[in-house]
Amino acid sequence: MINKLVVENLKHRPLRTLLSIVAISIQVTMVLTLVGISTGMMDEQARRARGVGADIIIRAPSSSVINTSLNMPAGVVGFIAKNVPHVAAATGVLHHGDLLSYVTGVDLAEFDKLNGGFRFVAGGPFQGPDDVLVDSYYAAQHKYHVGETVNGIVNRSWRLVGIYEPGMLARLVLPLKTLQEITANTGKVTFIYVKLDDPARTDEVIAELKQKLKDYHISSMQEYTELFSVNSIPMLQEFIYVVIAVGVLVGFLVVFLSMYTAVLERTREIGVLKALGASPGYVVNILLRETVLLAVAGSLLGIALSYATRFAINDVIHGSLIQAIVYIWWLIASAIAIVGAMLGAIYPGLKAARQDAIEALAYE
Amino acid sequence: MSDSPIISIRDLRKVYHAGEVEVHALRGVNLDVQRGEFVSIVGPSGSGKSTLFHIVGGLTPPTAGSIKLAGHDLLGLTDAERTELRKTTVGFVFQKYNLLPTLTARDNIEIARHIAHQNGPLDPKFAEVLKLLGLTGRLEHKPRALSGGEQQRVAIARAIVNHPAILLADEPTGNLDTENSTAVLGLLRDLNQRLGQTILMITHNPEAAAYGHRTVRMRDGRIE
Repeated sequence: MINKLVVENLKHRPLRTLLSIVAISIQVTMVLTLVGISTGMMDEQARRARGVGADIIIRAPSSSVINTSLNMPAGVVGFIAKNVPHVAAATGVLHHGDLLSYVTGVDLAEFDKLNGGFRFVAGGPFQGPDDVLVDSYYAAQHKYHVGETVNGIVNRSWRLVGIYEPGMLARLVLPLKTLQEITANTGKVTFIYVKLDDPARTDEVIAELKQKLKDYHISSMQEYTELFSVNSIPMLQEFIYVVIAVGVLVGFLVVFLSMYTAVLERTREIGVLKALGASPGYVVNILLRETVLLAVAGSLLGIALSYATRFAINDVIHGSLIQAIVYIWWLIASAIAIVGAMLGAIYPGLKAARQDAIEALAYE
Repeated sequence: MSDSPIISIRDLRKVYHAGEVEVHALRGVNLDVQRGEFVSIVGPSGSGKSTLFHIVGGLTPPTAGSIKLAGHDLLGLTDAERTELRKTTVGFVFQKYNLLPTLTARDNIEIARHIAHQNGPLDPKFAEVLKLLGLTGRLEHKPRALSGGEQQRVAIARAIVNHPAILLADEPTGNLDTENSTAVLGLLRDLNQRLGQTILMITHNPEAAAYGHRTVRMRDGRIE
């Protein structure tokens, strides 16, 4: 019975109900989109690192997962190949750009030995120093075809000679030597990938490398990819908390206004319920159920809209952002929406509970 | 009609505080209502009849005096106790019907049962009462689709669905035309005569008052 009353009350003011649901959904979509982008970008980075097929990755001293501007001498590659047992192949790559938009400079011959080579869907490897390879995702987004000129990469134009299957390195790959020269990093690399003849020896080889290359960041690919989390980006976790707080505030304000006007509007009805013997708790129960229903409906709509933002970000907007769907956050974002909404219903609920029945019945 | 009064009021007083001003709404009311009686209360505005109505209905506590309702002493009851009393001891019919606009007529009646923790199907005998009230076939409509007379009849059904000791009607025909007023008053009389429902009715209308067994006149917070 009470649920019937709750549903009918919400249906009675369809526009107010719809606006409340939409406002709550926006808050949920905001949180899911931000978390989705954070997670998507991190997962993408980790996936592309794993896609190289290396067992060990070496980074310059003082570098971090997201700070790839610190480079090291490319000669380290040769040192490793000569002096470290069980190394089947090693290659260095140069990253240029930031977390959201970067290119990789690759020595294709060395890279092919380690990785088995790019899997091309069109065209093939570099033919000259001004050639570029792009992954098929990038090519589709920008509608590029083999043979066309790609402009604006490191402030230059390049000839597109190959489109490869995505899933490793950057979306754009340039000849290592060319990239080193134009970015004043001659003889330098950002990462060194090492493939072993026996992956079971990874820990053993890492221990040896750490002896020989003190201060360098040396980790297995698994350890390295596990570093790609929201926590590894400075301030991102805090930013997510801020967005969550804004979301709670939005939910609170929307529900506060909605429920407050509902209580004012239903003053006489509250009086009638009390005259029938409804306790203050009964009246508050009705309001809280309406609130939870609004929040749940808003959460469901917000989850649905997050698919729309994912489509827009992943497939429509020509950027490098990736939004993942993080299922556990459906629950977290919905819980945040419900908590914010319940907080907003407290004052109107108390007002309704304390309403004097006689005054309420006389209310015009 | 039984000998012991279902309502027994002695020297009932009620004082409101309007800012710094004391308003003596009831100045020592004495009244007995027997079980099964239909009593009309008339009086000019400010005579205290609404205050008496509110106290008997447990909507507000008395300031002093004694009031016993169906064996319950209303003096000294807490808000929660008076709320509990209203569930099954008192039924209200208001001038403005006061149906919940978002529920059907049936659900308006059902919610009174739900509040009184009366779960399960409606008593089959109540179907006869609904027939008596002329509501069969109108129960699935919401108040906006019902005429004033029909709404008031739904309100009466709601008021008696929990078999209250007394039915309190505050100007039940105040918003109705003559035809509907006659119909509603006739129904109240029928409920009183056929079901033995004790009724206390406030009215300005002497013709309406005549439907009761007796009329009580109030003025200046006292019964004349």
